[in-house]
Amino acid sequence: MAAIFHGVGAAASLSLSPSNSFDSNKSVFSPRRSFSARKGASFAVVRSEGTVNLNLKGRRAQQLISNAVATTADSIDASSSSKPGHELLLFEALQEGLEEEMERDPRVCVMGEDVGHYGGSYKVTKELAKKFGDLRVLDTPIAENSFTGMGIGAAMTGLRPVVEGMNMGFLLLAFNQISNNCGMLHYTSGGQFTIPIVIRGPGGVGRQLGAEHSQRLESYFQSIPGIQMVACSTPYNAKGLMKAAIRSENPVILFEHVLLYNLKERIPDEDYICNLEEAEMVRPGEHVTILTYSRMRYHVMQAAKTLVNKGYDPEVIDIRSLKPFDLYTIGNSVKKTHRVLIVEECMRTGGIGASLTAAITENFNDYLDAPIVCLSSQDVPTPYAGTLEEVTVVQPAQIVTAVEQLCK
Amino acid sequence: MSTAFSAAKFSTQPFSTISHDSPLVFAKPTSQFFGSTRKLRLTSSSKFNLSRRSGTVVAVSDYVKQKTSKSTTSLLITKEEGLELYEDMVFGRAFEDMCAQMYYRGKMFGFVHLYNGQEAVSTGFIKLLKQQDSVVSTYRDHVHALSKGVPARAVMSELFGKTTGCCRGQGGSMHMFSREHNLLGGFAFIGEGIPIATGAAFTSKYKREVLKEADCDHVTLAFFGDGTCNNGQFFECLNMAALWKLPIVFVVENNLWAIGMSHSRATSDPQIYKKGPAFGMPGIHVDGMDVLKVREVAKEAIGRARRGEGPTLVECETYRFRGHSLADPDELRDPAEKDHYAARDPIRALKKYLIENSLASEAELKAIDKKIDEVVEDAVEFADESPIPARSQLLENVFADPRGFGIGPDGRYRCEDPKFTEGTARV
Repeated sequence: MAAIFHGVGAAASLSLSPSNSFDSNKSVFSPRRSFSARKGASFAVVRSEGTVNLNLKGRRAQQLISNAVATTADSIDASSSSKPGHELLLFEALQEGLEEEMERDPRVCVMGEDVGHYGGSYKVTKELAKKFGDLRVLDTPIAENSFTGMGIGAAMTGLRPVVEGMNMGFLLLAFNQISNNCGMLHYTSGGQFTIPIVIRGPGGVGRQLGAEHSQRLESYFQSIPGIQMVACSTPYNAKGLMKAAIRSENPVILFEHVLLYNLKERIPDEDYICNLEEAEMVRPGEHVTILTYSRMRYHVMQAAKTLVNKGYDPEVIDIRSLKPFDLYTIGNSVKKTHRVLIVEECMRTGGIGASLTAAITENFNDYLDAPIVCLSSQDVPTPYAGTLEEVTVVQPAQIVTAVEQLCK
Repeated sequence: MSTAFSAAKFSTQPFSTISHDSPLVFAKPTSQFFGSTRKLRLTSSSKFNLSRRSGTVVAVSDYVKQKTSKSTTSLLITKEEGLELYEDMVFGRAFEDMCAQMYYRGKMFGFVHLYNGQEAVSTGFIKLLKQQDSVVSTYRDHVHALSKGVPARAVMSELFGKTTGCCRGQGGSMHMFSREHNLLGGFAFIGEGIPIATGAAFTSKYKREVLKEADCDHVTLAFFGDGTCNNGQFFECLNMAALWKLPIVFVVENNLWAIGMSHSRATSDPQIYKKGPAFGMPGIHVDGMDVLKVREVAKEAIGRARRGEGPTLVECETYRFRGHSLADPDELRDPAEKDHYAARDPIRALKKYLIENSLASEAELKAIDKKIDEVVEDAVEFADESPIPARSQLLENVFADPRGFGIGPDGRYRCEDPKFTEGTARV
């Protein structure tokens, strides 16, 4: 059992080695390689002195973003990577992924409100209509249910549409099509029709956008059989997930966050995708597993700084795949730390955290030393007032307190 | 360019479908087949100008009366076409009657919605399509499937829930799909197929304009009922189809009842065809109990779509002889109304037309009846003998790419687990 307190000077270890796995008989990694297009994860190791040292696997560098809405990042020593890569913001990464896929396959098209001439309300489709034409980047009337259904009909008949919800909340109007046709039609047709559609858009709690523009639809969609859901959180995984989602034969819902579009990161020049079903190890650790996704990742990392200074060693995993859960990465972590904290932006009732709690309890109950703690947003409509909105979502201080409680 | 439905075209171009086998016969203007007792008529002006802004509302029976009274001697169909239409309608009727029998014998379950009485709409439209054209239907989809070419065996097996069904037994009565025949469903919620049809039409346009498949002129037909015409998806898709001139025909099967809700009680303006011009497309009303009239309208509407001139809204006034579904006691409809429409049975009417115009003999038609009975019996036998789905089929078609089930605790994708398809692996 791992020691709970690290002495000063001890460094958290990078772990990709099988030594942490209790399943010494099983080969830990090889079966996944054949399916996985992972380019190799890299980790940022936070030493207890507080400096950041980045492990570069030679192909990509991931930076630690300490602030949820940072616009600039710590500079990275990229000298050991083979290619310098290029820096861009998250929305540009999404656009780059989309543009590359549209160039690669002429059947990929975009549909949504203001995606064409306006360039997208968050500029994800900027300039694409000029390049690809008005039919490939289609400005639709305000009829979510119908244009989502139109996208599904187009997907059934050979195209690969990317449907944008201007705000994920608007897709509540498309629930009929998403549940009945997007999710279930492949099954009810006996496998005859595939629906390679991507439904994407910004969601989550923003800055005083009001209740209706601050919804978290991942909790409403998660029960729909037949769909996959992923949430991006960095420019690197945004581009990778966008590309993987477009190439997937399954219908994929890609959740972006309104506050993360201006994150900057250096990403590789070469073609890469991020596996849709895999979680991302953000910070390996020994004391507690913190599972999170999307914006809450940054609140967690901010709390992690404080926790490290207090002597804790949290392992932070960005689950990325909201449906299905990557029980391998999650399981390995639980088996190592025996304590789980889930930090999410969904509401407590019926959220992703609720499902994740159930999945971990069912699969890894024997490895838990303490009940799973799930920090979620309050079950309230998001208020407009800034002070109230702030306490609606989980803040870093709460995360620190929860870890301290959990590790007693 | 937009000369479809133009008066000039109607009157100057006689039909070329002249019967080969029998001498030309004048159609009797007083024939009950052509005349209709319906009062809903809006004669269009002599200029049937179809600009984008205004659609014209046309009633076809006037045109037909016009034609026959001008004594242009051509008939509307050839013998081959006539027999094809007759066979298709009898097929639909016999199949649905057999469904009712099978349901009451406990061979099929759930909600089964039969099409008896509406055959003229399905036959009139779908028999004009190519295989690559698409059809989207509702829960009342058995006959649309048959008209489109889905084998009776596949449809009956699907109804019995067997693996040999067109959807492997996973869809059922309300979810008939066929990739081969481009039948895009089969939908249980009303209106939810209309956007799908709009999408299929969008693909056709996309193929022509973006993928540069210059000869792609596939047309999509969307069938739905009067109740659907009060639903948002209907209006939203009328707008989008007209906006982008999609190659689609919206076919309203107005059978005056949505389960127990009469159309006039649910709709502020019950004349559905008038809603087409509001969106910039022509709106046509046609007698849906008369397969020849439906076919004439369908020809024009499908032709319009193929030429890239955009969508059309066609309201077919029709009637279902049975209840909404086999579970519906059908107590609200006035027996006089039922009798009125029973007298206009489309199959009987076509039979009369064929015989009176010497396009077919009694014997030929009886032979078709017999042949159809055999086909339907064979379908039942086939379905009866087909295997029921194995437990292992449960998870097979949830995802096109089964990696979507995710990665299990042991690091392998769940679908790699050999026991996975038995459903024993956790999802």
